[in-house]
Amino acid sequence: MNGGDGFPDRRLAFCEEARDLLADLEAALLQLETDPRDEETIGRVFRAMHTIKGSGAMFGFDAVASFTHNIESAYDLVRSGRLAVNPLLISLTLAARDHILYLLEASVSGGPLRQAAGQTILDAIRDFVETGGAAFTAVATSPTAGEPAAVRNYAIRFVPPPGLFARGSNLLPLFDELRSLGDFTIVADTAAIPSLADFRPDHCYFSWDMRLRTTSSSEAIRDIFVFVDEGDCLSITEECPAAPSVESSPECAPVAISDGAGVGATARPTTSSLRVSAAKLDELINIVGELVTMQARLSRFAAQSGEIEIAHIAEETERLTGMLRDNTMSIRMLPLEATFARYRRLVRDLAGELGKEIELATEGGDTELDKSVIDQIADPLVHLIRNSVDHGIESPDERTRAAKPPCGRLVLSAAHSGSQVLIRVSDDGRGIDPARVRAKAIEKGLIDPHAELSEAEIFALIFRTGFSTAASVSSVSGRGVGMDVVKRNVEALRGTIDLTSTPGQGTVFTLKLPLTLAIIDGLLVRVAAQHFVFPVAQVLECLEANTADLHCGRREFIEVRGKLVPLIFLQRFFRLSSGPGVRAQILIAQTSAGNFGFVVDEVIGDHKTVIKQLGPLYRQVEGVSGATILGDGSIALILDSDRLAQSAVDESVRPAA
Amino acid sequence: MSKTILAVDDSASMRQLVSYTLRSAGFTVIEACDGQDALDKLDAPVNLVLTDLNMPRLDGLALTRAIRASADHRYTPILLLTTESEPARKLEGKAAGATGWLVKPFQPEQLLATIKKVLG
Repeated sequence: MNGGDGFPDRRLAFCEEARDLLADLEAALLQLETDPRDEETIGRVFRAMHTIKGSGAMFGFDAVASFTHNIESAYDLVRSGRLAVNPLLISLTLAARDHILYLLEASVSGGPLRQAAGQTILDAIRDFVETGGAAFTAVATSPTAGEPAAVRNYAIRFVPPPGLFARGSNLLPLFDELRSLGDFTIVADTAAIPSLADFRPDHCYFSWDMRLRTTSSSEAIRDIFVFVDEGDCLSITEECPAAPSVESSPECAPVAISDGAGVGATARPTTSSLRVSAAKLDELINIVGELVTMQARLSRFAAQSGEIEIAHIAEETERLTGMLRDNTMSIRMLPLEATFARYRRLVRDLAGELGKEIELATEGGDTELDKSVIDQIADPLVHLIRNSVDHGIESPDERTRAAKPPCGRLVLSAAHSGSQVLIRVSDDGRGIDPARVRAKAIEKGLIDPHAELSEAEIFALIFRTGFSTAASVSSVSGRGVGMDVVKRNVEALRGTIDLTSTPGQGTVFTLKLPLTLAIIDGLLVRVAAQHFVFPVAQVLECLEANTADLHCGRREFIEVRGKLVPLIFLQRFFRLSSGPGVRAQILIAQTSAGNFGFVVDEVIGDHKTVIKQLGPLYRQVEGVSGATILGDGSIALILDSDRLAQSAVDESVRPAA
Repeated sequence: MSKTILAVDDSASMRQLVSYTLRSAGFTVIEACDGQDALDKLDAPVNLVLTDLNMPRLDGLALTRAIRASADHRYTPILLLTTESEPARKLEGKAAGATGWLVKPFQPEQLLATIKKVLG
C-alpha cells in the first residue's frame, strides 16, 4: 500500500472504508453496552479503531490518526482487563466516534478541525481512565483470571448413523451440551428426507452443520458425541483464527453497515463481496431496461416474420433477458439490517435526551429492499421513531404508574408480503386518543365539528397537512416536519402508511412499500390510440359495461355489488378522442382517495416493465408517474391513480360553472 | 414429573450405590437383579434402562436385544455398565441396540452426567 499515482483515489477509498469501520464501531459499542465483558466485542471495537488509526496515518489523515490513537489506548486497557466498560465509557466513545467521522469529513473537505471539541472528549476519556480505571480494576480482572484460554472456532458436521433412533438415542441433550460450551449455531440439512412412501419413522434423515466458538478442545467436543458416533459420522475442523482485519472477522457478520455510496455487503466469513458505486448500478439497470425493450421488439418481429429460426432466437433471448433483469434487480437489493442498526444509536440518544428508558428490538432485518427504496425510507422512519420515542413511550415514572415495566419497548420489524415489504414501527407507549385527535382537527379547522368519523378516519387525520397534537414542540420531534411529510414521502415511493393504536397500550405504524422502484407490475390498457400502464397492485377488479349503463350527471358512477363507485373517464381526462365505443372496460382500483373506477377502451393484459423517469419538462404533468417503452417502440405512460383520483375529487368540490 | 430409571445389576451393593445416586438426583428408581427380572418389571413406564453386562439368567446384551424387540420399549434409551472398555465390547453393545455405556468404576457425577446426555 503506497501512495503513488492513484493517491487521491486511495484517500477516497480509505474514507469509504473508514465510514464502514465507524459504522461497525458504533454497532460494536452498542452491543458492548449490553454485554460489557464480551471479549469478542471489545476486540472488535479495538480493531476498528486500530485500523482507522493505522490506515489513516498511511493516507495522510493525521488528525484522524492522532485522535483515534488516544481512544485506542483506552481500549487497550479495556482489552487487557485493566479497565471495565460502563455506560459512561460507551457514551464517551460514541462521542469520540462521531468526532472521528467529523475529522474525516473535515480532512477531505478542508473544514476546521474543531480541536477544542476533540480535546474535551479526550480529557473526559483520560479522566475516566484515571478514576474509572482504578474503581473498576477489581471487577475487570475477575472473569478470566490468569492466562485466557484460546478461543477457537470449530465447524462441526454430524451425519447420524441410520440406526440412531432405534437405539433410543436422543440428540437434543447433545446439542444443549454443545451450546453450553460457547457460541453455538446449528443448521439442519434436510436434503436426505425421502418422499413419504419411502419414509421410515424411526430413521434419522437429518444431518447437521454446526459452528461452535469455544475454549474447549476438539476432543471435548468429540466426547459429547461419544454415544452416537460410529467412527465416520462426525467431522470437526478447527477454523483459522480471525485475521486482524475487521472485514474478514467472523464475529462482525450480523452487523455490516453501509453508509454513503456503494453496496453495503454483509461481511460473512464464507462470502466475499465487491464494492460498486451506486451510480454504476443505476447505469446497469438503465441498460437492462433498454435491453428489455429491445428484446420485446425482437419478439414482436419474430412473431410477425414467422421464421422458426428467428422465433427460436427471440425465445432464448427473452429467457436470458428475464434472468438478467431479475439478477440486476437482486444486486440492488440490500437487507434492511444496516438501516435498522443505525436507528439503535438514534433511539439510545433520544431516550437519553428525554430521560426515558427504551429498548429497541428489530425483527426481519434480513428482509431485502431495493437500495433506492432503502435510501428514501430512512428519513420517514427516523421521523416515525422520533415520534414514538417522544410522544408514544412515557417516562419511566409514568409507565410505573400505569403498571407497565419502566423500560419502554420499540419494535422495528420488516417482512415480505407479496411484491411488497411491510415495515412496522410499534411502541408500547400511551397510544393515541381518538378524542384528542378529533378535538385538535376541529380546532385546526380540518374537519366539521359535527362530522361523524370512524376511528380509522380519525387516525388518518394525523397525516393531514397542518396537524400536530404535540402540546409543546420539543427538540426531538417538533422540527417542523409533520406526519403529512412522512406520508408524502412514502407515497412518492408508491407506498402506503397507516396506523393503529390502542390507548394505554401503544401505537403501530405500518409502511407498505414496493420491493423496487425500477420495475412496475402493471396492466397495459388502451385508451383511444394511446397505451397506458396501470399499477396492478391497486387494481381490485376489472369490469365490462355498456357505456349507456354508466350513470350520467356531473359525476358518473357505476354500481359494484350494491356500492356506487365514482368513475374517471381516461379518454376525457387526457382529451383523447376516439369513436364512442359501445362497451367500456373499467378497472376498479383502490386509491388514497377511495375506490375509483377507471374507464378505458381495452385491457390488454399483464405487463411487467422497467420504469423510465419522465424528463424534467414533463414532471409536472398530472396523473402520470413515469413512462415505459413497449415492444413496438411506442411509449406508454404509467398512470398515477392516486393523483388522478385526487384531481377528480378536487374537481367535484369545485363550484359548477 | 420425575423420570423413572430401571437399574439392573446382580450385585446388590452395586444396585444400592446406583439407586442411592439416582434417587438423590431426583430420579425414581426400579431395581432388578438380572435381565429376566428386568423384563418382568418393564410393565411400568420406564424412561431409561441402566444395566450391567454380566448377569445370570439373562445378561445385559440379551436384555438389550429383548428390549429393542419389544413393542413398548424399543425406543427406550439403554446404558450399559461395563468393566471392559475394549472397543469390541462396545461395538457388540451398540449392535445389540444400546444407546450408550459407562465404564466401571465410575464416580457418581459421571453416572449422572452420562444419564443427562441421554435423557436431557
